[in-house]
Amino acid sequence: MTPAEPHLYLQAQIRWHRLEIAFWVATLLPFLLFKSYLVLASQIAITGLFALSLDLILGYAGIVSLGHAAFFGLGSYAAGIVSKHGWGEPLTGLVIAAAVAGLVGYAASFVIARFRHLALIMITLGMGLLLHEAANSASWLTGGADGLQGVRMWPLFGYFKFDLYGVTAYTYSLAVLFLIFLAARRLIHSPFGLSLRGIRENPVRMPAIGAPSRAHIRKVYTISAAIAGVAGALLAQTTQTVSLEVLSFQRSADVLVILILGGAGRLYGGILGAVIYMVARDQLSGFNPQYWYFWIGIMLIVVVMFLPNGILGGLARFGASSRAKAA
Amino acid sequence: MNAPALSTRGLDKSFGSLVVASGIEFALPQGARYALVGPNGAGKTTLINLMTGMLQPDAGRIFLGDEEITSLRPEERVKRGLVRTFQINSLFPRLSALESVTLAVCERQGHGGAIWRSLPAYREAVDEAYAILLSLRLGNDCYRPTRELAYGQQRLLEIALALATRPRVLLLDEPAAGVPIEGSAELFDAISGLAEHISVLFIEHDMDIVFRFASRIIVMVGGSVLVDGTPEEIAADPRVREVYLGKKRHG
Ligand SMILES: Nc1ncnc2c1ncn2[C@@H]1O[C@H](COP(=O)(O)OP(=O)(O)OP(=O)(O)O)[C@@H](O)[C@H]1O
Ligand SMILES: [Mg+2]
Repeated sequence: MTPAEPHLYLQAQIRWHRLEIAFWVATLLPFLLFKSYLVLASQIAITGLFALSLDLILGYAGIVSLGHAAFFGLGSYAAGIVSKHGWGEPLTGLVIAAAVAGLVGYAASFVIARFRHLALIMITLGMGLLLHEAANSASWLTGGADGLQGVRMWPLFGYFKFDLYGVTAYTYSLAVLFLIFLAARRLIHSPFGLSLRGIRENPVRMPAIGAPSRAHIRKVYTISAAIAGVAGALLAQTTQTVSLEVLSFQRSADVLVILILGGAGRLYGGILGAVIYMVARDQLSGFNPQYWYFWIGIMLIVVVMFLPNGILGGLARFGASSRAKAA
Repeated sequence: MNAPALSTRGLDKSFGSLVVASGIEFALPQGARYALVGPNGAGKTTLINLMTGMLQPDAGRIFLGDEEITSLRPEERVKRGLVRTFQINSLFPRLSALESVTLAVCERQGHGGAIWRSLPAYREAVDEAYAILLSLRLGNDCYRPTRELAYGQQRLLEIALALATRPRVLLLDEPAAGVPIEGSAELFDAISGLAEHISVLFIEHDMDIVFRFASRIIVMVGGSVLVDGTPEEIAADPRVREVYLGKKRHG
């Protein structure tokens, strides 16, 4: 077998897979089959988007963060505060949230780009805690521990009201998730995406081939922060409230768990992880919220031990080996 | 006008009390093929680290052509044409050989930050990477992840990555380390076949290879240059026999 022409080979690698199309078609199922779960579905889409933002830095560039809720929360508060002060148009709210989170992300990226490993975990953790505390004390702006009251969203496109059943919420969240997913998919298949994987695979070699790793890291970190901000804004807008929890350590840890469970560095891992995690939580936490983390603990240990590339990585391996057997 | 391609003045470096470079005066003329030899721990790799900016010298200056590069970051030196390979493979394990070399080509062309067009749309970059891989006979395995390549192929990929940056000065740190004898001669044939305008300094322990491929040899011991000269001079030098060749014969 002679190898295909190299650029054709690379083109084949990034072509849409049947399963991808099936996946996106399946995201429409809740409208037909699970109408009473549309609110949950919209929260899953939002969490999936948040996990996608983390995947860009962790899964592709190998930059660990234990404080990514900082940007989610910034986006939430930005969208909520803008609306509270009389501008309830959702789409501009998203843009403002992305700008605020992206700007803070850009500033933070100058520090982030200089560190790795444990130092990075501590720095991102510290940033998350710091922002959480700042929002707590600035209650004149954020409502503090009581949460931000008085968020009122205008109808989407001036027409679709945010209803109690979550029809608009899910449609809106899903559409935003899909559009940003398309952009992220483009990004990871670009030369920039390849450079990010280079940084993940070998940060020492990158400067030796002339790559400005730090500039790349600053760029992807800013993009990731902006996307996290959009996810946070979606939550604020669809629930019409912002609580301090959007900035909590718990949220940072959860999104990391979701991404690792689903499979980092695969674009769909975060979304799949969000589906599994949040459906399971919805079903299990009815019994006892503490109990829920017991199961998550077990799931995390099992996945990391037996599926180092997450559930999606495991599925891919299974698919490859059964294809090999069939051949 | 005839400034050496790469030169150093009075380079010093110590790790604590261990002196690994002291007063290194080194000059690599344009288009030269020089060898850097010396016993283990002599400071050869350290010298490459210093010249490429992976380590900062305690004192001294480094020039690429006429330009002083002492305070430039490693990637800025690469952009100016000073490129190295690694004694211990330093590759991208989960990238394919094609992706790795394309990455280096894209970075050289300044596309490393390009987001909106897909990688295969940069067809010249991909084709150039493929051509480099073909020239090193890696064409057939270029779609496999690097970590699955045979060790000898990985050594070649080390060189392919360096070539993709279009070096003017190439520093090869034991390119044939761990490669069986036949393979290493082949590898050095590839190196000596490099374009003439590329100046090459290679570190190598096998003296047969050194004598065959180097026009001049620099012998380092304990962080200093002991002698440098033509292969004939080095072969005849009693000090070299004592510290290096002699040691090898008895050890
Ligand atoms: N980062 C470092 N910190 C402390 N000591 C170091 C460091 N790097 C190298 N050394 C020491 O400096 C000395 C020179 O090392 P170097 O790697 O330059 O030797 P070399 O000539 O390349 O040897 P070899 O032929 O074994 O590759 C060695 O004794 C080594 O242990
Ligand atoms: Mg060495």
